[in-house]
Amino acid sequence: MGLFKMPSLGADMEAGKLTEWMVKPGDRVKRGDIVAVVETQKGAIEIEVFQDGTVQSLLIEPGATVPVGTPMAEIAGAGEAATPTAAPPPAVPEPTTAPSPPVAPAPVVPAGAERRVSPAARALAGERGLDLTGIAGTGPEGAIVHADIEAALKGAAPTTPKQSAPKQPAPKPAAGFDFGAMRTAIAAAMARSKREIPHYYLEHSIDMTAALAWLGRTNESRPPADRLLAGAMLIKAVAIALKRFPEFNGFYEDGQFRPGESVHLGVAIAIRGGGLVAPAIHDTDTLSLDDVMAALRDLTARVRAGRFRGSELSDPTITVSSLGERGVEALYAVIYPPQVAIIGMGSIVERPSVVDGKVAPRAVVTATLSADHRVSDGHRGALLLRKIDDLLQEPEAL
Amino acid sequence: MSAAQSAPAAETTYREAVKQAIRDAMIRDPRVFLMGEDVGRYGGCYAVSKGLIEEFGPDRIRDTPLSESGFTGAGVGAALAGMRPIVELMTVNFSLLALDQILNNAATIRHMSGGQFGVPLVIRMATGAGRQLAAQHSHSLEGWYAHIPGIRVLAPATVEDARGMLWTALEDPDPVLIFENVMLYNMAGPLAADAGAVDIGKAAVRRQGKDVSLVTYGGSLWKTLDAAAALAKDGIEAEVIDLRSLRPLDDATIMASVGKTRRAVIVDEGWRTGSLAAEISARIMEQCFWSLDAPVGRVCSAEVPIPYPKHLEEASIPQTPQIVAAARATLGR
Amino acid sequence: MTAMEERPRLTREHVQELLRQMMRVRMFEDKCAELYTQEKIRGFLHLYDGEEAIATGIIPVLQPEDRIVATYREHGHALLRGIPMKAVMAEMYGKAEGCSGGRGGSMHLFDAATNFFGGNAIVGGGLPLAVGLGLADRMRNETHVTACFFGEGAVAEGEYHESMNLAALWGLPVLFVCENNRYAMGTALDRSESETDIHAKAAIYKIGSEAVDGMDVIAVEAAARRAIHTVRETGKPYFLECRTFRFRAHSMFDAQLYRTKEEIEDWRKRGPILRFQTWLLENKMIHEEDIAAIEATIHAEIDEAVAFAEAGRWEPIDTLTRHVYATQGTAP
Repeated sequence: MGLFKMPSLGADMEAGKLTEWMVKPGDRVKRGDIVAVVETQKGAIEIEVFQDGTVQSLLIEPGATVPVGTPMAEIAGAGEAATPTAAPPPAVPEPTTAPSPPVAPAPVVPAGAERRVSPAARALAGERGLDLTGIAGTGPEGAIVHADIEAALKGAAPTTPKQSAPKQPAPKPAAGFDFGAMRTAIAAAMARSKREIPHYYLEHSIDMTAALAWLGRTNESRPPADRLLAGAMLIKAVAIALKRFPEFNGFYEDGQFRPGESVHLGVAIAIRGGGLVAPAIHDTDTLSLDDVMAALRDLTARVRAGRFRGSELSDPTITVSSLGERGVEALYAVIYPPQVAIIGMGSIVERPSVVDGKVAPRAVVTATLSADHRVSDGHRGALLLRKIDDLLQEPEAL
Repeated sequence: MSAAQSAPAAETTYREAVKQAIRDAMIRDPRVFLMGEDVGRYGGCYAVSKGLIEEFGPDRIRDTPLSESGFTGAGVGAALAGMRPIVELMTVNFSLLALDQILNNAATIRHMSGGQFGVPLVIRMATGAGRQLAAQHSHSLEGWYAHIPGIRVLAPATVEDARGMLWTALEDPDPVLIFENVMLYNMAGPLAADAGAVDIGKAAVRRQGKDVSLVTYGGSLWKTLDAAAALAKDGIEAEVIDLRSLRPLDDATIMASVGKTRRAVIVDEGWRTGSLAAEISARIMEQCFWSLDAPVGRVCSAEVPIPYPKHLEEASIPQTPQIVAAARATLGR
Repeated sequence: MTAMEERPRLTREHVQELLRQMMRVRMFEDKCAELYTQEKIRGFLHLYDGEEAIATGIIPVLQPEDRIVATYREHGHALLRGIPMKAVMAEMYGKAEGCSGGRGGSMHLFDAATNFFGGNAIVGGGLPLAVGLGLADRMRNETHVTACFFGEGAVAEGEYHESMNLAALWGLPVLFVCENNRYAMGTALDRSESETDIHAKAAIYKIGSEAVDGMDVIAVEAAARRAIHTVRETGKPYFLECRTFRFRAHSMFDAQLYRTKEEIEDWRKRGPILRFQTWLLENKMIHEEDIAAIEATIHAEIDEAVAFAEAGRWEPIDTLTRHVYATQGTAP
């Protein structure tokens, strides 16, 4: 039985994709007949069979990509049953003698050969006033190198193991966290973000007086466990605003932006011990404020316990990072790729503002937008921030 | 310093020495002929072949059309068929048109044919800057050619070598490129009446010294010797090495010198980046590392196409003061 | 019949020999295609299928002291010139027993014994070599002919023009043979030349020329005899355009996006072997059994050549830097 194999068609061909069989089992073929079409980087090439016979079976399906030399079909030689074609057995190349490395020309050493000392060693010895006599050389062909001078200066045998610096006590990880891996992952993501995403930044002060007043009234009549936090209001306002501005809600991948079908707002949550995750609250815009608050509580608790789901990390269509009460006034965040925006909320602080022509203290939060300039621009970003602002002026509608 | 000469020396020029070399070869061997642009009736672009067509006829002093690739390839073919052609490419600047024939044929046929065929061809070219001929007429590409396995590359810098290298090159069974620096043609010097063929494999120590090795070739040799004279006034004795052969390089002579002086400066009219000087520096590092007291210095052409005005052209190529400064730097003086 | 005669003599013996040579080249090339798909032959492989009549019609007319310069599509030329098939196959494999010591491969077949100067892979690069070979003959007053084969793609290269001018100017005994197969790799002639009548271009250089049907081995031989005779007698160059077609792709790795299957099929029907064989059978100058016998003999020769190549030896690595310079130990 002869095997028809994927042919090599070119010096740089490693594999071929079978697009079509031109024969089927039972067909008679002769040398030179085209039996298949193979897709290569140069285009489709018809491949021929080099023996006469009958096709017995096709071993590869169209669509498969196989390396050169892979059997593709069995062909029974004309008039015979199972003898393979008389191709000479592949010659095993004689094992060549291991090539002797080229002999480097012998370095010229002046007559009365002196010690070989590397420039680095000389420099160090000179610096420290060390006499070279009696120093053992561990470099090429017995040359004295830098390490030999160091060892001589230490006065100890070069084999004394160095005292390793005491390790810093590892932070007690929260259950289930590998901080090292997390930090590495964060590093990679942040580096990629700054490398690939052209960030632009907008900042807007939002007067929270109305929102906080409403919050105070609402919470008055609730048990502590049911009370709302300002953060939930900020989150909800952002989520609603995003429905109007889809270019901030979605993913930039493979050179194009795909708007998210829903708003899954990622909330940045810091982990004790040094770490940061931003899992999603799904369909944030559809949730009531109470539900947003509940989700926030739930996520925070689970994150701190190390029990969140992978999909919660990969689903956010945008992230909000809030510093809370003990943060600073403004936060310029870095977009988590493949998202295209991140909103930073500073701490809510009391600041002088001008209201009706008079200076008055007001509660103010600085909202920042970091956005991907490939997808959106400042005009729209500004409108988004203003929309968030507007929504927070009517807290009862959130 | 020329070797002791047996017959009385007469004053001649580099140009005249090259002409006599060609003449001598043509007389000795009927297979030798000269082929190139304006070598015949015009007498040679640099007047090297003046008078030769009258002596040897238009067949053997053969004017060609402006077809560098065509006639260089023809030189390869004629050599393959047993002639001994001297192809004159007017300058290295125009040789680029013949690069395919030089690299893909002349340098490679012996190898591709598994040793069956050889190409005993000599190609002469003028090279170098200094006559305000501007960017397209001032290259020094001999370092590029020295990169190619399969050919030999020579740079005669003295009247003796101009006279003597050609015959040895013609006897070589492989292609030989001879680079004649344009600034040397008018150079005068003594030459023994019976001066003849010289070897083409060894570098020459033109000046002995103990403090620093100045390694150079071709047109830069004389600036380097001037630099050595200036250094001597300050008590610095420089050894000057004339490479003579750029491929193969005479490592033995170079390393013996640097092993002795512990310092080296290479003077090369090619552009600094990827220059022949870089190759020599690498070899010194490989073979003389342990003897060095200072990094190997290089004085090369600046990274600019050679400009037209005199002061800029001078600033572009190696000059004696730079060589002096580079030598001093290796001594920390 | 001597090679010196000006007209082909259509004896039974001669025509059968022409057919045999064309079949030998075709079957060898097809074997090479097969071996390439099995990775026995690597790199580039350029096959002569369809063009056999040209080498077959011209090369046997040359004398042993004449010279041949060819391109990378030169297996047929090498075989016709008498380089043993075993040596050619071993060279394709890269074995030390190859005609170039295994160093050259498919594109660089050389043979000093038969004055075969390659195997040149730079399009147009062989023409100045041919000029030089002819120049040596001119300077030594010898009556050899240098036959230089190239494709129509070379006519665009500067080196073609320089070579034609030099050959005419200096009166050199070079036979320029343009194998016009209408496609320079993937570029059709009418997309690359303002004047597509190739042989007409020779007139600009005052070189005598003619065009011949490259699919008709008798026509090619007749033209070759006249041309070679002219070159040898006058010492002047001559230009022969042979119009042909290559049935296979430019090289193995070519999807042939630049020409249609219909065009290829059409030419195959007019192919040199098919045509000549049909004519011979119709005129009773050969019988089916003869053809079968020829095929069998060629198969045996090819099998032997493949076995020879398979059994050949790989040159050891420690002689890598041989054949760079003539003299030993000339390290750079």
